[in-house]
Amino acid sequence: MSRITRFAVKLSAFLTFGILFFIIGYILLKGIPYIKPSMFEFEYTTNNVSMFPAIVATILLVGLTLLVATPIGVFTGFYLVEYAKKGSKLVELIRIATETLSGIPSIVYGLFGMLFFVIKLKFQYSLLAGTLTVSIMVLPLIIRSTEEALMSVGNGLREGSFALGAGKLRTIFRVVLPVAMPGILSGLILSIGRVIGETAALMYTLGTATKIPDGLFSSGRTLALHMYILSSEGMHVNEVYATGVILVIIVLLLNGLSTYLGNKLTKGR
Amino acid sequence: MSKISIKKMDLYYTDFHALKNINMEIQANEITAFIGPSGCGKSTLLKSLNRMNDLVEGCRISGDILLDDEDIYDNDYDVNLLRKRVGMVFQSPNPFPMSIYDNIAYGPRTHGIKSKAKLDEIVEKSLRGGAIWDEIKDDLKKNALRVSGGQQQRICIARALAVDPEVLLMDEPTSALDPISTAKIEDLVQELKKKYTIVMVTHNMQQATRVSDKTAFFLTGEVIEFGNTEAMFSMPQDKRTEDYITGRFG
Amino acid sequence: MKKNSLEGFMKGIFILSALMSVISIVLIMYFIFAGGLPFIFEYGLKNFLLGTQWKPSNIPASYGILPMILGSIYVTIGATAIGVPIGILTATFLAKFCNDKLYKYLKPAINLMSGIPSIVYGFFGLTVIVPIMREFFGGTGMSIATASILLGIMILPTVIGMSEASIRAVPATYYEGSIALGATHERSVMKVILPAAKSGVLSSVILGIGRAIGETMAVILVAGNQPRMPKGLFKGVRTMTTNIVMEMAYAADQHREALIATAAVLFIFILIINTVFLIVKRRGEN
Repeated sequence: MSRITRFAVKLSAFLTFGILFFIIGYILLKGIPYIKPSMFEFEYTTNNVSMFPAIVATILLVGLTLLVATPIGVFTGFYLVEYAKKGSKLVELIRIATETLSGIPSIVYGLFGMLFFVIKLKFQYSLLAGTLTVSIMVLPLIIRSTEEALMSVGNGLREGSFALGAGKLRTIFRVVLPVAMPGILSGLILSIGRVIGETAALMYTLGTATKIPDGLFSSGRTLALHMYILSSEGMHVNEVYATGVILVIIVLLLNGLSTYLGNKLTKGR
Repeated sequence: MSKISIKKMDLYYTDFHALKNINMEIQANEITAFIGPSGCGKSTLLKSLNRMNDLVEGCRISGDILLDDEDIYDNDYDVNLLRKRVGMVFQSPNPFPMSIYDNIAYGPRTHGIKSKAKLDEIVEKSLRGGAIWDEIKDDLKKNALRVSGGQQQRICIARALAVDPEVLLMDEPTSALDPISTAKIEDLVQELKKKYTIVMVTHNMQQATRVSDKTAFFLTGEVIEFGNTEAMFSMPQDKRTEDYITGRFG
Repeated sequence: MKKNSLEGFMKGIFILSALMSVISIVLIMYFIFAGGLPFIFEYGLKNFLLGTQWKPSNIPASYGILPMILGSIYVTIGATAIGVPIGILTATFLAKFCNDKLYKYLKPAINLMSGIPSIVYGFFGLTVIVPIMREFFGGTGMSIATASILLGIMILPTVIGMSEASIRAVPATYYEGSIALGATHERSVMKVILPAAKSGVLSSVILGIGRAIGETMAVILVAGNQPRMPKGLFKGVRTMTTNIVMEMAYAADQHREALIATAAVLFIFILIINTVFLIVKRRGEN
């Protein structure tokens, strides 16, 4: 009995991590040989299948999303942890809202973004519509990590600051926030990863144009969208592998950074 | 006129009647000690004196607490200004995770002092006041969490002094410290009383006899006895006080 | 006085920010339901939910989404059958059978697994799993089974993350009590700790189900996407999510409304799953 249990547990772990390493190894091994300079040419043509415009679009989308979602998410965390009375009606409402938001599938976000931002507000397929859609999507993630980071800050620090006659704002920004920073940053990094990997929510909001977006109301495609479109067309399989490599490397880097910051937060307690 | 006077004060946490009909006059330039078993309300009363209880949900107060004859629970009273005038040192040292210099300068900066020269002066004066200047004067840039617990507590005292308070509240300031650090802090407190009015909660009766001028004995939210420390410890008026200070209690 | 008005102003900003989530969820619900429900009432709830024909280009068009509802349910059940046992056992391994040194590397690996984009999983499925399935079971290789395997892999980090946390949260005294009675480590873990962690484990399974039913871009590449009643484990299928993505690009008028209505049905599924999740979680906390 014991041996069967141990075998099953170890086999499962082996399968889980085996599959993970296989997927990453497979994409890297298959893709790296196909990465060539022409894929990074400034303009996309059907010949070079350049991913450069997609890289720029991805960076723009990530930057704008952080710009929109970070203050809203972090401020929500401030409200929930530093201001709200525990268990008040409003807190309960906000909590239900964020938990529901975090369960909504990307495609529903995408459809909503299309109906509201693209059609109703007449933003067209655009950087702006895409940004606003994924901003709502990453909000619960940022709120959650901000809350956890703020709650890990000892109350002694807050009391110390209040006892010196500091107000709430000064206490939050000067004393609490610096300590909570690594945790908040690691949540932001996870959000970046989520945005970079997103496809379903962006297809009908950001659109899939192949050029570099030249303004907020201009369409574009992110790397993940680029990869999806190429793979569903089935014409440029090598380029799909190569794009996959870039995506996987970005995800690896972001995860490393987030793990590092997470450890820093636990140590800083 | 007493520095602080507490009149017919009651305090509730939601339904719990935590302090009952407290009346007390606290004199300037004296050390007043609050003693009593845990849960007796001594820390609660201390925290009412700089309105730290405002942070506790469901806390209600009736009666008056006057500082220099002004009601500190008056609606127009500026809480932040009150806390500048009535400083506080906590049970376990709670330096901010920043440099020693920035810890001390935090309070003055909060109250609008920006000049570097002025801040330098305050930092030195406060650290001297906290009897720790000589030990750390070369390490002002060091993170305050990187010094010993005893030094941290004296930094916290210096931090409280930096806003130039009139009253200093101390909530069991030595309970987390070793005997040598405790002795240093007790000496310091004696020194500080020349300039400040000090109210100290302590669980240690020897400490109360060593340092305080007046002592208040608390039991289940009431002040059982309040008077000169020497008199009270040598000749307690109430049976319960006697039981407690002779260790026959609970 | 100026300082206090800034305090009040910023508090207002914080509350406003906090309300953004509420506003967002209300907007999302409004647009999905207001866009989909009128169509459902017009076309008939029963015809829509139980209709077996999805033929938007026929005249008259038929919009029965039963095939897609079943498709979503089948691949979700398949994903659960594969992902849940492996996930729970892996979580058990991480919490109770693995030394600290190894754990330091494996824990970030789980986070990495949840960070890999859907499209990368999908492409991996398309180029690795599909050919294998074609080899062994014939057909195109795109089927309920293929989608189930891929989704089973994709929900692993969700199941593992939360299960592991709840296994770790079981008080050490339970384990010690069992060991003291002479039970082996394995028996103590399986018979005492896992049952004690069951509400957390169950929550993780529900989260995994939510993730599987909502997944789109990975499924689209491996499921075949035929809008017909599911014919077998190794035959192609279309889910509600893929139905929306595939046809939204060119749908107009009634067809578009039918797709929004599909999203509304998907949304209701998700709301039910979320509610069950919250109930299980709350019960576990008490």
